[in-house]
Amino acid sequence: MTQVKMTVNGKTASGEVEGRTLLAQFLRDDQGLTGTHVGCDTSQCGACVVHVNGKAVKSCTMLAIEADGAEVATIEGQANADGSLNVIQQAFQDHHGLQCGFCTPGMVMSAAALLKENPKPTESEVRHYLDGNICRCTGYHNIVKAIMAASGQDVSAIAAE
Amino acid sequence: MPKDGGIGASSKRREDVRFLTGNGKYTDDINLRGQAYVHFLRSDIAHGILKSVDTSAAEGMPGVVKIFTGADFEAVGGMPCGWQVTDKHGQPMQEPGHPVLARGKVRHVGEPIAAVVAETLAEARDAAEAIVLDIEHLPAVVDMKEAVKDGAPKVHDDLTSNLCYDWGFVEENKGAVDEAFKNAAHVTTLELTNNRLVANPMEPRVAVGDYDRSGGDHTLYTTSQNPHVIRLLMGAFVLGIPEHKLRVVAPDVGGGFGTKIFHYQEEAFCTFAAKACNRPVKWTSTRSEAFISDAHGRDHVTKIELALDADNNFTALRTDTYANMGAYLSTFAPSVPTWLHGTLMAGNYKTPLIYVNVKAVFTNTVPVDAYRGAGRPEATYQLERLIDMAAHELGVDPIALRRQNFITEFPYATPVAVEYDTGDYIATMDKLEEMADIAGFAARRKASEAKGKLRGFGVNCYIEACGIAPSNLVGQLGARAGLYESATVRVNATGGLVVMTGSHSHGQGHETSFAQVVAEMIGIDENMIEIVHGDTARTPMGMGTYGSRSIAVGGSAMVRATEKIIAKAKKIASHLLEASEGDIELKDGAFSVAGTDKSVAWGEVTLAAYVPHNYPLEDIEPGLEETAFYDPSNFTYPSGAYACEVELDPETGQVTIERFSAADDFGNIINPMIVTGQVHGGLAQGIGQALLENCAYDSDGQLLSASYMDYAMPRAVDLPFYDVDHSCQTPCTHNPLGVKGCGEAGAIGSPPAVVNAVIDAMRSGGKDVKHIDMPVSPSRVWAAMNG
Repeated sequence: MTQVKMTVNGKTASGEVEGRTLLAQFLRDDQGLTGTHVGCDTSQCGACVVHVNGKAVKSCTMLAIEADGAEVATIEGQANADGSLNVIQQAFQDHHGLQCGFCTPGMVMSAAALLKENPKPTESEVRHYLDGNICRCTGYHNIVKAIMAASGQDVSAIAAE
Repeated sequence: MPKDGGIGASSKRREDVRFLTGNGKYTDDINLRGQAYVHFLRSDIAHGILKSVDTSAAEGMPGVVKIFTGADFEAVGGMPCGWQVTDKHGQPMQEPGHPVLARGKVRHVGEPIAAVVAETLAEARDAAEAIVLDIEHLPAVVDMKEAVKDGAPKVHDDLTSNLCYDWGFVEENKGAVDEAFKNAAHVTTLELTNNRLVANPMEPRVAVGDYDRSGGDHTLYTTSQNPHVIRLLMGAFVLGIPEHKLRVVAPDVGGGFGTKIFHYQEEAFCTFAAKACNRPVKWTSTRSEAFISDAHGRDHVTKIELALDADNNFTALRTDTYANMGAYLSTFAPSVPTWLHGTLMAGNYKTPLIYVNVKAVFTNTVPVDAYRGAGRPEATYQLERLIDMAAHELGVDPIALRRQNFITEFPYATPVAVEYDTGDYIATMDKLEEMADIAGFAARRKASEAKGKLRGFGVNCYIEACGIAPSNLVGQLGARAGLYESATVRVNATGGLVVMTGSHSHGQGHETSFAQVVAEMIGIDENMIEIVHGDTARTPMGMGTYGSRSIAVGGSAMVRATEKIIAKAKKIASHLLEASEGDIELKDGAFSVAGTDKSVAWGEVTLAAYVPHNYPLEDIEPGLEETAFYDPSNFTYPSGAYACEVELDPETGQVTIERFSAADDFGNIINPMIVTGQVHGGLAQGIGQALLENCAYDSDGQLLSASYMDYAMPRAVDLPFYDVDHSCQTPCTHNPLGVKGCGEAGAIGSPPAVVNAVIDAMRSGGKDVKHIDMPVSPSRVWAAMNG
């Protein structure tokens, strides 16, 4: 067992982990941060996306010990300080960008990383950026729309509701 | 103008806040004190004699609590099947045993053989590797037509063959149908495959078993669409636990699409093992396990023929289908290719004579059961591909041929035993033609061709039977369950309500849309209403969510219970207002006496019900809580017309979806935003089936597409923005909301439009392709273009 210590959503998080413990397991099982989801075992689905030192990372494909000393951000830390939904989260609700909610944490974390790199992405850029995030419920229409809306673009011309 | 609440409003979903902030509570988020973890050792061969399972080395591995094999389950029942189909000779289907852990033989890759319970999941996995299996390999049967030949290896030695049933529908009509074909002016024949799929909800299945020794109470937390059904099946048929000693909880569930309807071995195992180990036992499926243990969908091979007269009227339809059951009968598997498929073969057309034959076949593959649409996509695909082929052969416009044969008068009794109550197929087709901008297609095709691409346009109609289902009818058809739904409405003293529904939400947004209905009925704010679902201890016996039944059946139960609440509240109000009960009106959350300014607020009435100081105790009981069970008198029949426009690269065979238009008739609509989202998701799954997804086995029964590396899930880049309309509304005539259901339409209606469009594109490139099977992958398209 190895001692790891990192900052998660601005707070210190430490624990004893095995060498094989994944960051996703550390967050879910040791830290009780169950908003990070595991939807596959081949690093494809993206339900587990978190930010490590500001970069979007699939936490199922990173060992907890690799994150030792890192700044980690998860879905639990995304809301505004007053607890209200942040711009991306609010856009997902406003545009019905989620149904069962399982892929949603990863989608929101990926969207946040995208908008940091590319504040006004085109539809095509959003769709390509989400290649590592699978959603089975929404058909992506409203996810793409929500992310474009969160970037401040007018999405009213995109088919409605 | 959009409404700002109640029926017809696009209310934002209240469940979103917890999902968006990481506060959802899915089954895998549940961790109980003292919990142990189970890992299942699964067969990695498709067919073999299980000669021994040696757990001796594994028993001593670190952290092992207990190891279970099939022998530990000899005293309990097998996995039950919930539907018995009767074959064309009047005989019951062949129904094999289905053990919790394999006994005697293994019959598909993924079948659980042993289960290791350990302190940690890693220790359970490590110990499972030390179990020694002695399996004598047997030849596997994978292909259905091979499986029913004489001398084929038998999946179940105690059955007479691999044929589960040979079903004829309607058997008495067969002679007349054959006669109509003899007299036909034209016959179109098509052979096709409806590709096998894996449902793939993003949340893998999870089960956590718990046992309380103090009272002898079992609890199972599970990823289910219908916790009461699991409680009944598992308690009564597998483990022998009476329902009052068994609680099943399905909390937030991360998508279902049918595959979480069924009762699975892992649920029974965790419930059983929690008592045997005297501690909670948790299983979390990996995605790799999900591919070899979740019930698969579709997998039909069909020959279909259409007879037409000299005026191009459809005169008869005849189909011959092989349906894969897999190695065992999953919970509702036998119903899918029969009653959910044969009854839909009339589609939107007045074909007077129809005969459907279905041979259900056992193979050494994962069990196959309902997946979004379940039987109805298979029916729609055959019929709508066939009509396009007929139009092409006859040189007529495919839309005109459809319009000519539309059913136009309702109610309409089909020759396949169902009666459509309402519909307007002309209206949805008119709407579709407007949405799809058919007039502009020629210019768009020209633009594609200028880029070296081909462009194709495809259309189809669909009809589905939803709001499943009248219990007395399905009982006659072989269902071993009723298909009513329930709701309890509990009004609290201060006026808030809790609706406890037997429906289950796993993405559909019931917590929002159900509250809108009750808010509308009483005239109060939606936020005063809480929707509780997914817990047998908190909800009345209900049948759960599938078959687009929640609003049509569960919503109707809720309406009935709310009507009882309102009736009683009016009695209380009449007492408080000293007026005749018949003069009391409820509007905007207040009771008033007609024609006067006397009124009493909703909250005053609810308070009086629980603080009955001034109350007609001699006439009515205190309290305000009512339950209703609603059993529908018919199915509902959503319908619509879909159009797809594709661009095809003749150099590579790559197909892209350029436009997709969907004109649906769902009857009345509660929340347009949610309905649109349901259609989007269904379209993505239907387009996924048509272009990308395929569950492939090799001839040894090895699953070749067993991960997201190999099974092509639709991604954002594969799909367009969709154009969805549901303004054509012919309300259902037999439920109180006039609703039809919308959950499956997209998946049912979209595959034929895509394939019809691809074939149209290939033809425009000078290649007269008759048919191409799904998924229409680049390699298949290229081969068809260059064949």
